[in-house]
Amino acid sequence: MSAASAVGLAVVWPLFAIVLIVILRKSPNLREAGTLLTGFSLFGVVAGVILPVVTAGGRPRLDVLEVLPGLSLAFEVEPLGMLFAMVASGLWIVTTFYAIGYMRGHHESNQTRFYICFAIAISGAIGVAFAANVFTLFVFYELITLSTYPLVTHAGTEKAKKAGRMYLGILMGTSIAFLLFAMVWTWLAAGTTEFTPGGILAGKVTGVELMVLLALYAFGTGKAALMPFHRWLPAAMVAPTPVSALLHAVAVVKAGVFTVLKVVVYVFGIDLLATTDASRWLTWVAAFTIIAASCVALTKDNLKARLAYSTISQLSYIVLGAALATTAGVIGGGMHIVMHAFGKITLFFCAGAIMVGAHKTEISELDGLGRRMPFTFGAFLLGSLSVIGLPPMGGSWSKWFLMLGAAEAEQWVMMLVLMASSLLSIGYLMPVVVRGFFRAAPADDHHAGEGLHEAPLLCVLPPVFTAVGGIVLFFFADDLWRLLTGMVP
Amino acid sequence: MMDALWNLIGDDLAALQIAMPLLTATVCILVRRPMLAWGVAMFNAWGAVVNASILLHRVLTTGTISYAEGGWPVPWGIELRIDLLNALVLLVVTCICAVVLTAAPRALAAEVPEDKHYLFYAAYLLCMTGLAGMTVTGDAFNIFVFLEISSLASYALISQGPSPRALTSALQYLMMGTIGGTFILLGIGMLYMVTGTLNIVDMANQLGAVGPNRTVLVGMAFICVGAGIKLAVFPLHVWLPNAYTYAPAVVTAFLAATATKVAYYVLVRFIYSIFQVNFAFEVNRLDAVLIPVGIAAMFVGSLVAIFQDDLKRMLAYSSVAQIGYMVLGLGLANEHGLTGGLVHVFNHALMKCGLFLVLACLLVRVGSTKLAAFAGLGRRMPLTFAAFVLGGLSLIGVPMTVGFVSKWYLVLGALDAGMWPVAVLILLSSLLAVIYIWRVVEVGYFRTAADDAPEVSEAPFSMLLPTWVLIGATVVFGVWTSLSVGVASAAARMLLGGAS
Amino acid sequence: MFDWGLYNYWVVVFLMMTGLYVVVARGNLVKKIIGLNIFQVSVIMFYVSMGKVLGGTAPIEAEGFELFSNPLPHVLMLTAIVVGVATTAVALALVVRIHEAYGTIEEDEIREIEGEEHRS
Repeated sequence: MSAASAVGLAVVWPLFAIVLIVILRKSPNLREAGTLLTGFSLFGVVAGVILPVVTAGGRPRLDVLEVLPGLSLAFEVEPLGMLFAMVASGLWIVTTFYAIGYMRGHHESNQTRFYICFAIAISGAIGVAFAANVFTLFVFYELITLSTYPLVTHAGTEKAKKAGRMYLGILMGTSIAFLLFAMVWTWLAAGTTEFTPGGILAGKVTGVELMVLLALYAFGTGKAALMPFHRWLPAAMVAPTPVSALLHAVAVVKAGVFTVLKVVVYVFGIDLLATTDASRWLTWVAAFTIIAASCVALTKDNLKARLAYSTISQLSYIVLGAALATTAGVIGGGMHIVMHAFGKITLFFCAGAIMVGAHKTEISELDGLGRRMPFTFGAFLLGSLSVIGLPPMGGSWSKWFLMLGAAEAEQWVMMLVLMASSLLSIGYLMPVVVRGFFRAAPADDHHAGEGLHEAPLLCVLPPVFTAVGGIVLFFFADDLWRLLTGMVP
Repeated sequence: MMDALWNLIGDDLAALQIAMPLLTATVCILVRRPMLAWGVAMFNAWGAVVNASILLHRVLTTGTISYAEGGWPVPWGIELRIDLLNALVLLVVTCICAVVLTAAPRALAAEVPEDKHYLFYAAYLLCMTGLAGMTVTGDAFNIFVFLEISSLASYALISQGPSPRALTSALQYLMMGTIGGTFILLGIGMLYMVTGTLNIVDMANQLGAVGPNRTVLVGMAFICVGAGIKLAVFPLHVWLPNAYTYAPAVVTAFLAATATKVAYYVLVRFIYSIFQVNFAFEVNRLDAVLIPVGIAAMFVGSLVAIFQDDLKRMLAYSSVAQIGYMVLGLGLANEHGLTGGLVHVFNHALMKCGLFLVLACLLVRVGSTKLAAFAGLGRRMPLTFAAFVLGGLSLIGVPMTVGFVSKWYLVLGALDAGMWPVAVLILLSSLLAVIYIWRVVEVGYFRTAADDAPEVSEAPFSMLLPTWVLIGATVVFGVWTSLSVGVASAAARMLLGGAS
Repeated sequence: MFDWGLYNYWVVVFLMMTGLYVVVARGNLVKKIIGLNIFQVSVIMFYVSMGKVLGGTAPIEAEGFELFSNPLPHVLMLTAIVVGVATTAVALALVVRIHEAYGTIEEDEIREIEGEEHRS
């Protein structure tokens, strides 16, 4: 099939999973097989058909329809979107395996609804990745918000309802109040919302207005969790862990920072931002978020909450990379989308495995658990190293490029911020590993001395897989770099 | 045979829009059996839809249609004049009338005694006569006459609600509506005094010749206030919440999508075709009144809707807010703004009628339209609940729904006029819609029905189908916008460019 | 005869204000309807008086009748009178039914009953 039709197919393909899921809903194994079948075939299409075209320099395009004069639904694949789609489709498969283990191990209800909403959210993520203009991106961005709401409120408890309100309130609120306004403004100023290499705003919007427009985009993308619009992320921790893994690695947050990166590179253009210095303030906001979120993470005892604030901090790495408006900065940001996805999903998988295997949620309860769950904690160690940014984990490369970007922009303070953040992340991630392996189990622990007592296999294999994936990415960082340089010719 | 029929009536289609419902109403009164009366009414309603489609097609291809009633030459006789603006409104009114009528029998059975159904259908058709007449006529006084016809029929329809409060609501609407209609009459009288004609086109031409004249200004004021009362624009909206809440669900669905829309059409027609942009906006700064009023309506309506326990009342206040959007579009007086207002006539009719039909389904199955009746609906009546969610998303303005299309044009219109704070306000009021819609969604999704609640099945097919036609249309026309936006923007350009 | 000035408009204004006052200030529903009628009559007077041509007669085609008053407002007002009658009829029908339902036609008493129903 042609690359263009493959693009359209990839966006709607997860929706076929819904048909399979609904038909097969009575027998759980077949139902999950439906999701997996769709996941593998989606990854096959994305990696097998579209990736080769894009790495060779092609930009497959599919125009679907014109909704309003000047606003059309269209898809065009470029390197950044390619990467995001690969991450989304690949990790969907891994998360589905994990979800099977977790949802059954935890005896969760409403699993059919769960898998259906998952599929819709992935479709939304692919749509965001392949969007050719701001309007298409906005449509699929909202689709992600709406389809992940039932996932966040899955438990159906009062706490889940309140979390859902904050989730929807912040995400819809920022997208309607700021992002939509930014889109209209862009359309009025530039006559189009198409993503174009080099940007579309040069000469059209200047001075303070340019900074305001950037602010509308940055804060309008609530999924990027820039402070002060970050509260939805820790609130969403009430969701089942596969959802948290999905939210924090694949669909939601990456869609957010992807949007910021894409807008910076293809709507504003890094040259425009560099010459007008219009994104300087954004570097400070991102830097503040990085440090503040890391500090809050240090104070959290709940493992998922700590990981949530770690995510907020890591997301602002990518926003910082975009705001630095240098080639290395945006490449580093794009690379960090991949590296952080693998690193963070590993950490969340482990958190869920700990919950299912040992029924523990607080870090203070994890003493000595590492000896009974060595694979889980081992994977956690590798994931932590990636997030901290140490070799041989892939995260070290993205951090390297971000530092390079800060140096290119001569923003030495930002380099310090990045280094300080690494130290802080050591501070909030390593205690988990240290406690698990090196502390003695508490005296009242029944299972102490029982030997290996891991979580169910399907909860342990995925984190190990993604942890190893992080190591693999370390060696393939060069290919990523080559792909991403296509962003800024 | 079809050709013979066509030759017979092909030229008189505009007049048939008025004559057919009138005659059919009489037939309904003679036919006592409810389902037979319904059948007669359905025949007329769907015929009117076909008629309106043909008229729209004709206007799009050959231009404005002018029909002289009784053969009396224009401008001394009454003229029926259909241009792009009223062709659109006519299509909306006839379609809503037909779709709601399809859902009517089951919905009425829950609220109105069966021996009154034939009278109900007759009154329904009389209301339809009045609305269609208001829309197609090209004569100012004729607008008043048909306005009163439709209003009287709607007072009767509203009073059929099961609660005694339906009677007081109908009387309150009668009082306010009559004052509104009489103000319009007074305004028309002043215009007649100055121009000596009642024909809209002629009046516009004559007014152009008249210089600055206080009578015309006062006439405009009376007409704006009178139409505003019928339109239920804040602060003249007081009759609407009660009327919508206590009327039978079918009546609410019908009136919410038609009566206020036609009143809006009357306001647009008078301001843009008769008084015209220069007099109304540049000399007399009508926008300084309409824009703040529109914004106030948007916020007051949405804010009050958030606190309502009865869902019909909530949607009624939501309608007040949506009318605010339309008035804002009118007040902006540029192409994008007016397009937004006109396309919102179409879009809001689809959304609101669909949502009220969902409430009608709820009433038939659960027996109440309070928020608590929605408990656990996601599980008990999934299709009905899904329709509400989708309609609600459209109200919020999620892209790919009709609500987004209207908001897009209104925001563009505000930015074109250089009023970016207004654009921000439009977006902020959408957020209020998120709150009151999501309140209902949460109850349907999270709360489980009380243990003693009776088992309910999905809504009856005869009601579910029209509901989903309308809600589906909110998505279809949110993606395929060339019809609604095309006609609305062409109408806007025509109105802004001068008399029709 | 002599120049009456704007006297007819003053009558219209007086009637209109009286009618509106009665609608707003009186609690009895029948009185409100009467007020509505007075208000409508004021507009009828407005139209009819605007059509009068000083020295004009009814439009009679015969010898000796040259100047006609404008008959069109009369025709329009026939329609308006009918509308007024119909409105009054519907309103009175509603009042009868309200009386059946509430036992009273005083607005404040009705409001009290509705308030009680709402609370219960």
